[in-house]
Amino acid sequence: MTPSLQDNPLLSQWLEFHTDGTVTALTGKSELGQGVATALAQIVADELGIPLDRVRMQAPSTDRSPNEGFTAGSLSIQHSGTALQSAARAARHLLEEAARGRGVDPLETIGEVNLDVPVASVTVAADTTLPSRDIGRSVPRRDLDAKVLGEPAFIHDMRLPGMKFCRVIRPPYRGAHLVEVPDATGLPGDSTVIRDGSFLAVVASLERHAIAAHAMLVERCRWEGEAPELEDAHLTAFLLSAPTEDTVLVESEILEAPGSADALTFSAQYSRPFVAHASIGTACAIAQWTTDRLDVWSHTQGVYPLRKDIARALGVDIERVHVQHVEGSGCYGHNPADDVAYDAALVARHLPDVPIQVTWSREDELGWSPFGPAMCVTISATTDSAGTITSWRWDGYGNGHSSRPSTLPTPSLLAYASQADGQPIPPSQDPPLAAGQGTGRNALPAYDIPHVHAVAHRLTTMPMRASAMRSLGAYTNVFAIESHMDDMAHAHGIDPIDYRLRHLTDPRARRVIESVAELADWGVAVGDNSGRGIGFARYKNSGAWCAVIADIEAIDHIVVKHLWIAVDCGRVVNPDGVINQIEGGAIQAASWTLMEQVRFADGVVTSSDWETYPILRFPDVPPVATTIVSADDEPWLGSGEASSGPTAAALGNAVRAALGVRVRDLPLTAERIVVAMAE
Amino acid sequence: MEEPYSLEVDGSTIAGNAEPDTALLWLLREHGRTGTRYGCGAGLCGACTVWMDGVPTHSCDTPAWSATGRTITTVQGLAESGPHPVQRALIDHQAGQCGYCLSGIVMRAAALVDEYGSSLQEEQVREALEGHLCRCGAHPRMIAAILQAASEQS
Repeated sequence: MTPSLQDNPLLSQWLEFHTDGTVTALTGKSELGQGVATALAQIVADELGIPLDRVRMQAPSTDRSPNEGFTAGSLSIQHSGTALQSAARAARHLLEEAARGRGVDPLETIGEVNLDVPVASVTVAADTTLPSRDIGRSVPRRDLDAKVLGEPAFIHDMRLPGMKFCRVIRPPYRGAHLVEVPDATGLPGDSTVIRDGSFLAVVASLERHAIAAHAMLVERCRWEGEAPELEDAHLTAFLLSAPTEDTVLVESEILEAPGSADALTFSAQYSRPFVAHASIGTACAIAQWTTDRLDVWSHTQGVYPLRKDIARALGVDIERVHVQHVEGSGCYGHNPADDVAYDAALVARHLPDVPIQVTWSREDELGWSPFGPAMCVTISATTDSAGTITSWRWDGYGNGHSSRPSTLPTPSLLAYASQADGQPIPPSQDPPLAAGQGTGRNALPAYDIPHVHAVAHRLTTMPMRASAMRSLGAYTNVFAIESHMDDMAHAHGIDPIDYRLRHLTDPRARRVIESVAELADWGVAVGDNSGRGIGFARYKNSGAWCAVIADIEAIDHIVVKHLWIAVDCGRVVNPDGVINQIEGGAIQAASWTLMEQVRFADGVVTSSDWETYPILRFPDVPPVATTIVSADDEPWLGSGEASSGPTAAALGNAVRAALGVRVRDLPLTAERIVVAMAE
Repeated sequence: MEEPYSLEVDGSTIAGNAEPDTALLWLLREHGRTGTRYGCGAGLCGACTVWMDGVPTHSCDTPAWSATGRTITTVQGLAESGPHPVQRALIDHQAGQCGYCLSGIVMRAAALVDEYGSSLQEEQVREALEGHLCRCGAHPRMIAAILQAASEQS
């Protein structure tokens, strides 16, 4: 049974039937621009056998929705989709039973049917599944039209009666505390300063007044404290020397390289820097305290976990806190959505009854968000004389990949670390291996290798705040594994695709690699200074299979000429939605891989605007061709993170093919390529 | 020191008192034009793009005084008498994910399609959108949609 149904067993927790013939489907999964609300509606309509436009989707809220934790891990369709499918199937059965022999539409019996029963208690015969009408169809997204037309679509556009606008003055560097209360005279409009320890904010009736007051207050504050010493230039040395807690993911007796003279050992070290979420819109939230309740509107990935941490941080009864999801700008993991929600709650506590909307600045968004953790990976593998891999050892070093709300011993909300009675945010954790791990996500190669040994070394100190970002450790691990595979293939004079296929018996893995090779016409000649590379992985070793081929040209920087992608994510609910996610994931990963790194020194993030933190732009975005490898009889699997690692690997391997140099430290900038050439 | 301002926006007048160097973006949003979005405040991401006298302009670093006497069109004004062909094509192509960047891209692309019509080439689209950031990776769909809208013009 899906964990969503275990945690929320009642049919009435998933579906509400209305007298007008419409149905409200409830979910704990947030629409993040990935199209999940549309796909879930398709599932419900199909199972109920009703037209799609009669299914309404309710955005997650702690007042009404099932608690499904976070919208994360490419699990929304697997968890929420499967739960809604079961609930809708059970509801249809109960309604049909009630209508049997009476010649009425089953939906008309809704008033007679008790939905407060466990979904699992309703036995539905396996042969009563309706033919699919909406599942498998590229239904247009429900949320997109408003966004194209400039209608109110985001939390930033919400206006509540009497609402005021707020900006937060963050410390000038990590480790700073506020020592002098700034003088509030001469601030524009009705600007009001709110202080709680080192947390400082300004509230005004007009947004432009709050912004102007923020700029004035920044100049007037005095801060003191010790900044952490780490800087980006020394990141790898830090990752390899900081104290860690080690987890053996898989244990094996590591074979020495076989004795024959032509057997080989391949050892190498790979790294990636901290990477920013870098959404185009900044974090935003609204909070309102009334006598007995705190309401919070947020673009969080998890309304329930956020509620728990807000209650913990404020020291109030959790039942008084109500969190409602409202869409925000693109979300690729644990971004500052939760932080800004707590900013708003903290400020609203000082101003009872007034709705407070807090919006982060671009500088704070790029400077104070949790980052995707920097990682360092070492791999040592052996092959026999024919090239067959005989053993594999992986070690991964870095901060854990989750400091999400409610998962740590104390609240992990940014302002909690500044408020008078707050505490620093504890070092991030990694989910257990069964939940996909973090540092060790995709650490185990999908290839058939007799001896694999893998140890995750999670840092127990966290000078830069790290948390979940799209695909977690899988991005770096797949880059490392697939770079290693290519080098071994090359050393043995074997074509990289043949080499992978020799080590794969999983038919679905083979199929995506063969499909992408066919799509890209693998083996075709490429031009001067150009190269072609492949990357493959099965996400989390339990999710979608994905293979990517990249063509690049090395000019003064790496230009991606084309990406080809094959994906198998089981039964597909919305093919266009899958393609959009797979392509988007690949383009975003190309941006991380080619150019992105968070810069910092002395506790200050210096890559805090779009010039110092560049991302891939329209002129450099490659055409992408994606094929879905059909597997309609198989269970559905998520697609949001499947292409990230394979894209990075394909690009690294294409650079090697073009220039003959292996770049192991991301990003693949001209500077890094020159360093790698010199080694 | 705040001074009176009066701006022509989407066919009507918005007025009040503001510091003359207040960014146009915030006055637009203050007057219900929330379709025009804040992204960076420095003219580096394109999310806040509007037309001033038909020319795509970053409203986040355009001071209110310099918008006085100009005709300002926002994404909401563009769609007032039905969606622009670019908007229809973006919906046709499902060209977006989170959609936060779309308001600005719509304004840039609509001006481009209006100017070049069916002669518009892909390279021109890519170059024109150079200053517009999209983080979700929906670029190829947007390019295809804009070219389709252009191809349907005379």
